[in-house]
Amino acid sequence: MITAERKPLEELIDYIRPFRRLLLVGCNECVTVCAAGGRKEVGLLASGLQMALLKAGASIEVREHTLERQCDPEYVEELVPMIDGVDAVMSMACGCGVQEVARRFKDKPVFPALNTKFMGASERQGVWAERCQGCGDCLLGKTGGICPIARCAKQLMNGPCGGSTGGHCEIGDDVDCAWALIWERLKALGLQENYVEITPAKDWRSGGGGGPRKIIREDLAE
Amino acid sequence: MKTESKLEKVLAAGHLAVTSECGPPRGAMPDKVREKGKYLEGVVDGVNVTDNQTAMVRMSSLAASVILKQEGHNPLLQMVSRDRNRLAMQADIIGAYSLGIDTMLCLSGDHTKFGDHPMAANVHDIDSIQMIQMVKRMRDEGLFQGGAEIKSPPKMFIGAAANPFADPFELRVLRLAKKIAAGADFIQTQCIFNVDKFELWMEGVRAMGLHKKCYILAGVTPIKSVGAARYMKNKVPGMDVPQDIVDRMAAQPKEKQPEEGISICVETIERLKKVEGVAGFHIMAIDWEEKVGEIVERAGLLPRPVV
Repeated sequence: MITAERKPLEELIDYIRPFRRLLLVGCNECVTVCAAGGRKEVGLLASGLQMALLKAGASIEVREHTLERQCDPEYVEELVPMIDGVDAVMSMACGCGVQEVARRFKDKPVFPALNTKFMGASERQGVWAERCQGCGDCLLGKTGGICPIARCAKQLMNGPCGGSTGGHCEIGDDVDCAWALIWERLKALGLQENYVEITPAKDWRSGGGGGPRKIIREDLAE
Repeated sequence: MKTESKLEKVLAAGHLAVTSECGPPRGAMPDKVREKGKYLEGVVDGVNVTDNQTAMVRMSSLAASVILKQEGHNPLLQMVSRDRNRLAMQADIIGAYSLGIDTMLCLSGDHTKFGDHPMAANVHDIDSIQMIQMVKRMRDEGLFQGGAEIKSPPKMFIGAAANPFADPFELRVLRLAKKIAAGADFIQTQCIFNVDKFELWMEGVRAMGLHKKCYILAGVTPIKSVGAARYMKNKVPGMDVPQDIVDRMAAQPKEKQPEEGISICVETIERLKKVEGVAGFHIMAIDWEEKVGEIVERAGLLPRPVV
């Protein structure tokens, strides 16, 4: 999933200070799962913003709405009946959702309430960790299902650097060495020979080096 | 011979090679480079010039290498994949070679977290093994990494690093094998304090015949003080300083510790000389270049061969 964290309240207040009526829009997908921008967080932030502004001697009317999926134009249409009644929109979706709302409502200021972080998985309750950088040319089949691009601090494609110690990355004991994990997994699978083959320099065009990426499915595109 | 590199000539003639290093200054101080170089004159076959070591900004390795070259040294241009993409690397390699630098060391580099620009992007367009492949292809096939032909390709003698003390240990020989398969001509190892473990690693190296495919220079570092020994033991990732070395340093009064550190270094070289497959020594006297001559002399490695 795409993970995100809420921005500090002060930053959000700065965005909305000039406005009287705000539409706060959550998303029911990834940001709900990582507890950053779902219906519950929309409610909490709406009260937080109102209280903070009241304390400062100002006020704002916040209308709350959570879409099924904010990165999908079909669902963003739901906001049409609400949009004329507000001065600005604050999105609690990832950056994709924020941009979709901004694209649809060209004359409304749209602000992000979250910092979009990474594509990751839940390690345990309340902890999410990066797993994928969307390089567009997946190596996982050769690396025992552990990604060196997303999980090695140096993005090494051919083995651990000289700083790998006791299964930890040189940047800190709280970070696993991706290559230590890969090696353990290759051993468990009896696939040690996968390590021997040199992974050649990557073509980063598929990873964003070729400019903004797009998928066009001829069979589905209208 | 693949190149005109003095280091290659020394190694090919069967001499135990000696290299040392020079960390460029953190400012526009060319005289500092010359001063450090002075200490190494006539006592080493090549001088590694570090590339933003420990992720701290310094005078570029290329510029400091050229200064050393002008003083008659044989610089080894270090290059890390952290700071440059493949375009910048190839441009610098051509530039370096055009300025008389024919030997280089391909590295990943310390993470930016350790340096004075932790907020900088880590490039890592290619990794150190892919860098070796690139430099070899430039030299042997006259092709850029992207496939186009190079007019007058740079002919670099290609070095790589190996750390026998990092984990997982069983990958350490295999990773060396990969670097050699990629095209490394010589290897400089991480500083060796734990000679027993190094010997174990070399057993694995010999079992695969890797010492016959590539020259292995054993890395050594003189320790200045017991504090430095403890720091390296506890704080530097991938460094293995056995407790008995720390104890030996601690047993000396402060003013005698530098001398003890030099003695340990010389004894280590003597032990390493007996290890089959060691082709020379890389002496990393960090900000202590003035002691390299003494170490080389006491280790019986003078005079340096004329090739």
